[in-house]
Amino acid sequence: MKCFSIVLITGFLISCSSSDNDLGYQATPIDIEVPQLFSNLLLPPAIPSDNPQTIEGVTLGRKLFYEPLLSGDGTQACADCHLSENSFTDSARFSIGITGAIGTRNAMPLYNMAWNFEKKFFWDGRATSLEAQALDPVENVIEMNNTWPNAVATLQATSAYPELFSQAFGTSIITKELVTKAIAQFERTMISGNSRFDQYLLGDQNAITASEINGFNIFMDEERGDCFHCHGSNSNPLWTDNIFHNNGLDSSFDDVGLGGITGDPLDNGKFKSPSLRNLAYTAPYMHDGRFETLDEVINHYSEGLVYSETIDPLMKYIAEGGAQLTEADKADLKAFLLSLSEPGFTSNPDFQNPN
Amino acid sequence: MKMKLLIIIVIIGLVSCSSDDDKASDILISVINSQNWDGENITASDLGTTEFIDENGEILKIERLRYLISKVILTNSYGDEIEIGTYKLVDLADNNTLNYATNIVVPPGTYTGISFVYGFNEEDNIDQAYPDLNTASWNWPEMLGGGYHFMQLDGTFTSPTNISPLPFNYHNGTARISDGVFEQNFIRVNADGLSIDSNTNIDIKMNLAEWFKDPNTWDLNVLNTGLMGNYDAQREMNENGQLVFSVYLGD
Repeated sequence: MKCFSIVLITGFLISCSSSDNDLGYQATPIDIEVPQLFSNLLLPPAIPSDNPQTIEGVTLGRKLFYEPLLSGDGTQACADCHLSENSFTDSARFSIGITGAIGTRNAMPLYNMAWNFEKKFFWDGRATSLEAQALDPVENVIEMNNTWPNAVATLQATSAYPELFSQAFGTSIITKELVTKAIAQFERTMISGNSRFDQYLLGDQNAITASEINGFNIFMDEERGDCFHCHGSNSNPLWTDNIFHNNGLDSSFDDVGLGGITGDPLDNGKFKSPSLRNLAYTAPYMHDGRFETLDEVINHYSEGLVYSETIDPLMKYIAEGGAQLTEADKADLKAFLLSLSEPGFTSNPDFQNPN
Repeated sequence: MKMKLLIIIVIIGLVSCSSDDDKASDILISVINSQNWDGENITASDLGTTEFIDENGEILKIERLRYLISKVILTNSYGDEIEIGTYKLVDLADNNTLNYATNIVVPPGTYTGISFVYGFNEEDNIDQAYPDLNTASWNWPEMLGGGYHFMQLDGTFTSPTNISPLPFNYHNGTARISDGVFEQNFIRVNADGLSIDSNTNIDIKMNLAEWFKDPNTWDLNVLNTGLMGNYDAQREMNENGQLVFSVYLGD
């Protein structure tokens, strides 16, 4: 009986296939290149079962990431606000969309997203997958200001894309789901795990300086920096918990962050902890890019904390305004944080514009 | 630990492959974790909202509660031990973590005892050894002995001397005596006198009020933050933790 069922199912699948939607087609599988430290310490990367990594999918996703045809007037690509030299964020505090409209949050840097096991993307966590995240900017009126039907039709009308989708997904019929799957595949290859501090953790004692080591100790000291509860550690080299916190920026909120998504006032003022990798390239800082320099960020945690009802209890020195770090400690902490930057990531030829 | 888990899985596999007659006498065990404040149940909906009064009179709100349970072992009437779970990071905000082990199949018999470890014992508290706990940023700093947190209880409190809410971080783990000298701080909980011979839910209850009560009346005005490296505070947490847990059986 079971064998008969299998025959029936197989027959059904075959009868549904066509030259434009070849269910039997398989693109070339490719593994995520997991950094040694991640392999040693972290769970394997999370790859959706319905969007496995393939050579053709990643190639297509990279082309789409740099494709201005996705925008309403054909002038703006993902990469225009997520620049490789800035670790795929924008050096402008707020990015400018195709109509000249200005955003309200700093573009998030892009890397190591396959290790976001919380599966909440954007500063406010409103997207529950990388694929879902990629859906948003195309139709956002202050960003690419397009419609998905129009974007898909534009791609479909080109000479190149139908064949590339066929190679990646076995169908030349383009959909928004396939577009975002391809972009997500490319984004999952954007991995940063080879900073000088990574090399130190892998055993190269000469990779960092005494100042940077002291900065790391401040980072790990609950009574000084206490950064590790939200921003990872030598044991969690993502350098983020991918969770949402109110880190004492404001006493009231023009932008409620997570609370705007959950509808829970207790979530107001909470934003996702960003990773601390590649800070050398990702200024300005915070969800709204209010701090132009890393010194301003450290000063905030040292002397600038502001109370609000939802402030995270981990902002333990709120009564004193901050951790009151010495100038020497601030300098060492900054040096350590910068040792988490990886020049080879921003210049990686695999991530540059192929068009 | 992995080898023991493997053995358990193999045993479970063998049991599940036995005949229908044998299956009738297998026992299904599930372990859940629940929290209360002197008997009043605490759920995720209490986070940030419900006020509790501790033994010292402070009014506190809980914002975050995560804790680690490991090495849950059933003992049968012959003294044989079966480990039914390796470890679980419980997060009050995440209902999915409140079930420690679900529908574990154990051989027929009468089980008279259950034990577990709050935190990790010395053998299991291996620095960076567990990728899921590393990914959850559950590590305890190397400078404090390494390994993992046992509990992270964060919130705010007020008192007659602190009328504006102040944060507290009641974090527990290995106790640091001095530079490079550390003391184990886990708690082994034993519940004997049980009689489990049929499908049973085991409820490991944590009474949070006890962390602040007995034998050390906790003064949050003094001991609120920066406790991880405070040896005396860590030891007092251990002492108060002795009466925090209880075990109940259900259908």
